[in-house]
Amino acid sequence: MEKKIVATASLAGCFGCHMSFLDIDERLFDLIEIVEFNKSPINDIKKFTKQCDIGLVEGGCCNDENVHNLIDFRKHCNVLVSLGECAIMGGLPSLRNWISLKECLDEAYLNGPTVADCNEKKIIPCDPDIPKILDKVYPCHEVVKIDYFLPGCPPRADLIWNALYALATGNKLDMPYEVFKFD
Amino acid sequence: MPTFVKFTIDGVVCMSEEGRQLVEAAVENGVFIPTLCNYPGIPPKGSCRICTVLINGRPATACTTKVAEGMEIQNNVPELEEFRKAVVEILFAEGNHLCPSCEKSGFCELQALAYRYRMTVPEFPFMFPKRDVEAWHPKILKDHNRCILCKRCIRGIFNSEGKPIFDFGKRGDKIVINIDPDTSKDISDELVQKAMDMCPVGAILKKEKGFDVPIGKRKYDLAPIGSEIEN
Amino acid sequence: MGNTVNNVIKRYSGDETRLMDILMDIQSELGHLSDWTIEQIAKSLDIPKVSVEQTVSFYHFFTKEPRGKYTIYLNTSVLAVFCGRDEVARAFEETAGCRFGSVTKDGLIGLFDTACIGMSDQEPAAIINEEVFTCLTPAKAKAIIAGMRAGKTVEELKGKKYGDGQNSNPLVCSMVNNNIMKRGEVVFADYETGSGIRKAVSMSSSEIIQLVKSSYVRGRGGAGFPTGMKWEVAKKAPGDVKYIFCNADEGEPGTFKDRVILTEFPRLVFEGMAIAGYAVGAKYGILYLRNEYRYLRKYLENILDQMRDENLLGNFIGGKQGFNFNIKIQFGAGAYVCGEESALIESAEGKRGEPRDRPPFPVEKGYLQKPTVVNNVETLCSVVRILVNGSDWYNSLGTKESKGTKVISVSGDCSKPGIYEIEWGFTVNDILKMVGAADTQAVQVGGPSGSCIGPNEFPRELSYEDLATGGSLIIIGRRRDLLKDVVLNFTEFFKDESCGSCVPCRALSGMSKVVLERIIEGKGTETDVAAFTKWQSIMKKNRCGLGQTALNPIVSTIRNFPELYKNRIKAGDDRLCPAFDLDKAVLDYETATVEAR
Repeated sequence: MEKKIVATASLAGCFGCHMSFLDIDERLFDLIEIVEFNKSPINDIKKFTKQCDIGLVEGGCCNDENVHNLIDFRKHCNVLVSLGECAIMGGLPSLRNWISLKECLDEAYLNGPTVADCNEKKIIPCDPDIPKILDKVYPCHEVVKIDYFLPGCPPRADLIWNALYALATGNKLDMPYEVFKFD
Repeated sequence: MPTFVKFTIDGVVCMSEEGRQLVEAAVENGVFIPTLCNYPGIPPKGSCRICTVLINGRPATACTTKVAEGMEIQNNVPELEEFRKAVVEILFAEGNHLCPSCEKSGFCELQALAYRYRMTVPEFPFMFPKRDVEAWHPKILKDHNRCILCKRCIRGIFNSEGKPIFDFGKRGDKIVINIDPDTSKDISDELVQKAMDMCPVGAILKKEKGFDVPIGKRKYDLAPIGSEIEN
Repeated sequence: MGNTVNNVIKRYSGDETRLMDILMDIQSELGHLSDWTIEQIAKSLDIPKVSVEQTVSFYHFFTKEPRGKYTIYLNTSVLAVFCGRDEVARAFEETAGCRFGSVTKDGLIGLFDTACIGMSDQEPAAIINEEVFTCLTPAKAKAIIAGMRAGKTVEELKGKKYGDGQNSNPLVCSMVNNNIMKRGEVVFADYETGSGIRKAVSMSSSEIIQLVKSSYVRGRGGAGFPTGMKWEVAKKAPGDVKYIFCNADEGEPGTFKDRVILTEFPRLVFEGMAIAGYAVGAKYGILYLRNEYRYLRKYLENILDQMRDENLLGNFIGGKQGFNFNIKIQFGAGAYVCGEESALIESAEGKRGEPRDRPPFPVEKGYLQKPTVVNNVETLCSVVRILVNGSDWYNSLGTKESKGTKVISVSGDCSKPGIYEIEWGFTVNDILKMVGAADTQAVQVGGPSGSCIGPNEFPRELSYEDLATGGSLIIIGRRRDLLKDVVLNFTEFFKDESCGSCVPCRALSGMSKVVLERIIEGKGTETDVAAFTKWQSIMKKNRCGLGQTALNPIVSTIRNFPELYKNRIKAGDDRLCPAFDLDKAVLDYETATVEAR
């Protein structure tokens, strides 16, 4: 059987989903028998080198770089999976979604107790090299079409393993109650 | 002497006392009908609609229905299960439900129902409403982000003089639950705990309490809501 | 201020079920209901502050903040927009110097939106300090504001040109017009005052119910429940105290027939209530009148006084031992959902207008938990005629299953909007011809909660067996953008008017607005359109009619005008979400950092 090609990314996430992925422990050896990795922080491949079968995306979109990355993933992955709470519904970064961006920036760079005295020129960082922050944090499926969703903060290693195994082999996904959690 | 009546749920013959609330009568017969706004011992108010069943073919909320002889009830049918999952999804998309940071995670009935129905993502647009966290009360923390407006606290929590502590304010998508500053002034620790326990989600919290049961040992960590009832 | 609160509460004997009246009276004296006032009311009634607050904050016309010495409530309905409401609004804003939803800095003028005020045939219309101003134009709006600045009274602003019929009655003095375009045989026929009651006292209550049943008259509010049957259940319901409510909370946008009936034939309505009371054994009647029609208060109260003097109300009515019946007027305070009978009852009890679970039905346990009949204005008029003329006469009008006539409010794109009393069985085409409508794109039958039909359905007839309607036709011409001008407006209306109790209604009415807006902007998908059909089946499980019908504007146009939706879906890469707009999403950031760059 030909190996399926997998790519992964962390957008506005904490890398916790990737850590949980690594928690499949010795099954990593079974996994590399059935998949090969393309663009991913796990192997540090920074650019897609071929079309992939499966993309796992951790984190939602909080800046334009996230958006470009996600669209890139959508274009290069036949099946795209939202991995974890942040990708699915914004997660903790989305706590700012009901506060205006202006207020957030003012608090972070101008008026907050830790910056009020040290940002003399009252500058909000905006160098062209740094990503532009979006008005709110978007769940991935509000930006591109997402095929599957694996909940959890992080998704349990067993759930990630089950999902990858099912996608790589074409078997039905097993979602036992104990591994289906939102926290 | 109570009169007993016969009725069927999904074709299975059941028995209960005449006039018993359908939700409870179902429990007696080993059938789980999901509920959110209903709570044992307080007057029902069919507002979450999740307990909707078909009675002789017509939709009705099981919390506001009293069983009667010969009722034919459909409960575990695809149309209703789909509807119930939709209600859960709607609630997740309507408010700001961040399970990972919620004190009630693992005990939350909304979350438990989402697990039961295997909700991976709500099929409804996230509204990300701007809502307050009210912390002025010395004992109660009210996080409106998580409130599902089920009215349990309004119907079930009264002070020592029998006066309500909570009530609705506004209407429609701006509706909110207010705490009365006077009737809640001398609220006992026990009553705050009762309010927190009665709240199906993490909207009413007892201050300085939370995360006291480790993950893996919480109410809904291992077995789905309703499984304790089902035969 | 404390005195005002105490005096008003004394006026209502400290009865908390009269909270609506208490709040209304206090607000009309103090201008608004401040936190302090609410606290005083709570203390005097010995109820928690939150219990007062729940009622205050539910109704559109109660306010915790001052809304100006002059408060302008400008209608936002589709009909108002058709007639240039937006230009009028701009003129008000520019001249007053404040935006809608706020008050001028000097506290003189407040500008506020309000849902349909029942003037659809004379829009744009506004309510200014309880007086109705119709047919507004930008020029008139400017003159009104100038008059306010010059210190004119609302009476002076209104002018001396009054409307037709009883609108010119000294106790009304309103510029509102009836516009009765077609009189039928039942409601708008010649009427001899007291004729119904004189007939009633010659009959037993059972005979009256039998007669009403044999007339097959059905509720005219929209639900179409057989009136005789309702009365019979209420009569049989155990209890000495029973109530008759007349539902005059006509809030369905585009509907104004009850306003005209109450202006021209209030006695017919009140007689109908007394007869209902006699038939079911009720001594008390309550006219639940929407606050928008408050300008009729003095006039209607005077009619009630006259009827008491004439022995048509009060004790021993018509000389009959035991026929005692009295009527009071209960005002609403701006909530469409209160047109639903159990919400109306809750409201009359001083609470928020949240519909009740059924059973029990109001006829078993209604107002103050007593058996209660709630009838529409027009239904009660019909009953009086049936008593006088007999059920055979009534059955000779209309169609096989729809007896009698129907009063229809016609508005929108036609040359003769107004009130038409027609026999059941007229087709939509007949009516379009009658009202001078040409080049009609669509007709909204029965208001937003009804359905929107296209020309292929114009041959259908108005009747319970075909196209049932609570009483209005909104005519939508070819030049209108049906989705943007009509469907979106209706969707917003339902969102604003949901009581918020049932989950699907509370949440989906807002969510459907979001999705509809993106379809209109050309950013929707086929999945978005398909979702509405699924959402409709979820909404059908709401408790009340508002929730069950709130998606009708969208779903009925998807069904009858599918191309309007299809044309707005753009072809594109279906792997991307068209609703996501990166340029728009970074706009806030670019604005916030514009200086640094």
